[in-house]
Amino acid sequence: MNEMRYFPREKLATLIAAIKEAGYRVIGPRVEPGQGGLVYCEIAGAEDLPQGLSDEQSPGRYRLVPNGSKRYFAWANTASAIKPYVFVPRERLWSVVRKEGRLHFEPTHGQAEKTAIIGARACDLAALALQDAHFLRGKYVDTYYRARREKLLLVAVNCSHAASTCFCASTGDGPEVSGGYDILLDELDEGFIVRVGSSRGAMLMTDFPTTAATTEQIALACAQGEACRTAQTRRLPDEHLLPRLMQNLESPIWDDIAERCLACGNCTAVCPSCFCHREFDNPALNGKTTEHWRDADSCFSEDHSYLVGEVVREHTRARYRQWMTHKLATWVEQYGRTGCTGCGRCTTWCPAGIDFALEANRLLADEEGAR
Amino acid sequence: MNTATQSPKPRVAIHKFASCSGCQLAFVNMGTDLIELTKLVDIVHMVEVGHVAPEDEQVDIAFIEGSITTPHDVERLKKIRANSHYLLTMGACATSGGIQALRNNADTAEWMRSVYAKPEYIESLSTSAAIANHVKVDFELWGCPVSVRQMLAAIRSLLFGVPPVISREKVCQECKRRGNNCIMITQGSPCMGPVTRTGCGALCPTFGAPCYTCYGPAESINAASFGVRLMGLGLSAEQVARKFASVNNAAPAFSEATQLFSGSAWMEE
Amino acid sequence: MKTQNCYLPHEAEILERVQETPDTFTWKLRFTDPDVAQHYSFRHGQFNMLYLYGVGEVAISVMSGDGSNLWHTIRAVGRVTKAMMALPAGSHIGVRGPFGSSWPLDHARGKDIVFVTAGLGCAPVMSSIRYVVAHRAEFGRLVIMQSVRHRHESLWEPQYEAWRALPDTQVLLTASRDKTRWPHWELGRVGVLLDKADYAKDNCVVMMCGPDAMMRDTASTLVELGVPGESVFVSLERNMQCAVGHCGHCQFGGKFVCKDGPVFAWPAVAPFMSVKEF
Repeated sequence: MNEMRYFPREKLATLIAAIKEAGYRVIGPRVEPGQGGLVYCEIAGAEDLPQGLSDEQSPGRYRLVPNGSKRYFAWANTASAIKPYVFVPRERLWSVVRKEGRLHFEPTHGQAEKTAIIGARACDLAALALQDAHFLRGKYVDTYYRARREKLLLVAVNCSHAASTCFCASTGDGPEVSGGYDILLDELDEGFIVRVGSSRGAMLMTDFPTTAATTEQIALACAQGEACRTAQTRRLPDEHLLPRLMQNLESPIWDDIAERCLACGNCTAVCPSCFCHREFDNPALNGKTTEHWRDADSCFSEDHSYLVGEVVREHTRARYRQWMTHKLATWVEQYGRTGCTGCGRCTTWCPAGIDFALEANRLLADEEGAR
Repeated sequence: MNTATQSPKPRVAIHKFASCSGCQLAFVNMGTDLIELTKLVDIVHMVEVGHVAPEDEQVDIAFIEGSITTPHDVERLKKIRANSHYLLTMGACATSGGIQALRNNADTAEWMRSVYAKPEYIESLSTSAAIANHVKVDFELWGCPVSVRQMLAAIRSLLFGVPPVISREKVCQECKRRGNNCIMITQGSPCMGPVTRTGCGALCPTFGAPCYTCYGPAESINAASFGVRLMGLGLSAEQVARKFASVNNAAPAFSEATQLFSGSAWMEE
Repeated sequence: MKTQNCYLPHEAEILERVQETPDTFTWKLRFTDPDVAQHYSFRHGQFNMLYLYGVGEVAISVMSGDGSNLWHTIRAVGRVTKAMMALPAGSHIGVRGPFGSSWPLDHARGKDIVFVTAGLGCAPVMSSIRYVVAHRAEFGRLVIMQSVRHRHESLWEPQYEAWRALPDTQVLLTASRDKTRWPHWELGRVGVLLDKADYAKDNCVVMMCGPDAMMRDTASTLVELGVPGESVFVSLERNMQCAVGHCGHCQFGGKFVCKDGPVFAWPAVAPFMSVKEF
């Protein structure tokens, strides 16, 4: 299954066409006109991919810059991960018809489309596994999530380019993809090394012409990954140290962060593993029918901790603390590892430029604040 | 006479004070929902469409558009309050005083002399005030103008006998649900989403335009930090102050922010 | 449950409603689909999500159940519950459940049983008390402590008086804000009852439900008095929307209160009970 094959760059269009032919809606990274960044959205073919563009990311800043290369995937990551394609940020769960006082409940039957994601990153696949654990592997299964997840085809691409905000090497989730893909690509200057990771991926590749990857090509791919790893300057503290955050809940550093934090929740919205959502009813004006919806929610919103007329986490300090301690410490208790896969989106997309990894390091270095 | 006993339908009045009438127009812009709405409630007063009821007419729900700028407004508003079971403000003018509240810190007498030939005929208060500055407001619908969707949801809730759900979260949340890239991050655009209340559906940033606070302050805003961030994008302190001094300039959180970044106040911080 | 849609309520009818106090009422409910009714069973301390048409859902503990009927006692405090109070008997609502952990009655056999509740915290232990009463011989001494602000707000006083007459059973009631001390009543918070309670500290199970502060203080006191922390159980209340550990609102440290709780052994939650805005 994991034999490394090779195909030249111009054949990527053929691969995408074959995926479409197999009935998939194809989602890939695309420059969003007017918004100036990469997002995963539907693409017609390889021509929609961000060829010759790299991203420059720093806290609170994302820019796409031409890199003079013909590569399609010479960028680190997109504004949002795979999350919106499985955990949809707004969806109707069920509806009710009220007739003569009786209630007739009707679940929304997911019309999940076969969807292929082209260009999935190691960090995002790791985060997808975290969301799978949350929505699928517990006592209760989210049938809406499952319907979409089962129809997902993942074409991953190993990173060849790290943004300054990336720290996947320190969480152990990247830059190389370690699993969870159907097809895995390494992009080289002239073409792609390809591996298959599932029978679904293998089936798609059956009739696709490839040659055996040369040792030279494989070495180039390995070197890219290694360069990507060493280029990362940010890092999260070691996982075994992170539970100590729970002994540091009264640190003045939380106040210091809260002075800068806008409590806007952008970090939680772009985080590929955040799963919070709220439910609400949306009745028709005539009152005869109603719909029950859910919206992606954030622990930075006051409603999140609302309890009998009171907001438990009233101040931004407590909300940031909830976000970080959950992501890095209590997540381990819930799912056996942290909820952070090192994509760095929380840092790039923070309008206040708060550096998540840096703050985590500061908090753990803060011995005075520790009880 | 259209009295409450003859009509089992809840009675609704829509009153106008100092405003552009844009929020009333939201009612007219409902399309077929307006027809549905008239099956559910009696609209007994709405000058814009020609329904005029006396101010002491008892109603179940009164919507107020516009701010209070004259002594006569105050009298009229008090009568409306006394005769309404629920009173809702709709829009920036009624909820925070509107763009016209910019005059609150100006010399209104001087302005009057420079605008009107015979200022002695003008009877005006020195401020443009939110409805809540004069009477108890049950629910506030923000926006310039209000969103029809929000208004219909509020009416539906009241018809069900429950308070409307009025979210105070930031525009950013809705912007992200729509899958937008943040234009502040990708373009350095001075988008006010992180301090502005949701309700518009992140309309402006979805089309690449920066949010300009028309839904008023969100909950738990951090104007000081955000203003510094805007200055980092190249705005002067005065420009930051003006960003907060838009249609909701008199909303306390925004007027404080304006103060913070105005003139010398910022330097002293 | 794996293949079912865990978010979808089932229709239920309000068979009876009792106005307990000006802001608290009890519903007797029955699922309208006999198949659903037949397959429904709850453990003491679990909760249901009750849905009001067009408005939303709330998490309410099961006060009692007898096979085909369910009882919920609800205080009208929020948007949904206030509107629920206006519903007459015969109305229909949505119900899904039961959810969450339950009181450790199975592990409590042979031991002294202590219930400590405040306000509406008495509702989530009602079915447990009735169970212990019905199986009196299987348990040791029974102590029931309930605190309210004013006696006139207390629920089911005749029931408490009836329990008082049982063998080896202590019923201790207190009103924290009353001026008058009524017969059989103390004045003050639940703490004033602890001294009077007669139970084996090293061989008891305590089940507690009330405001966070009351549970924190009482549990700490009990532990100081020598009751092992693992023998103290508390039922927490948090914002619950999905009830199945998905929506994230009810998280308390690493715990999802809806799924891992609401009933917790005290040591599982104790470290964070005194952290402000946790």
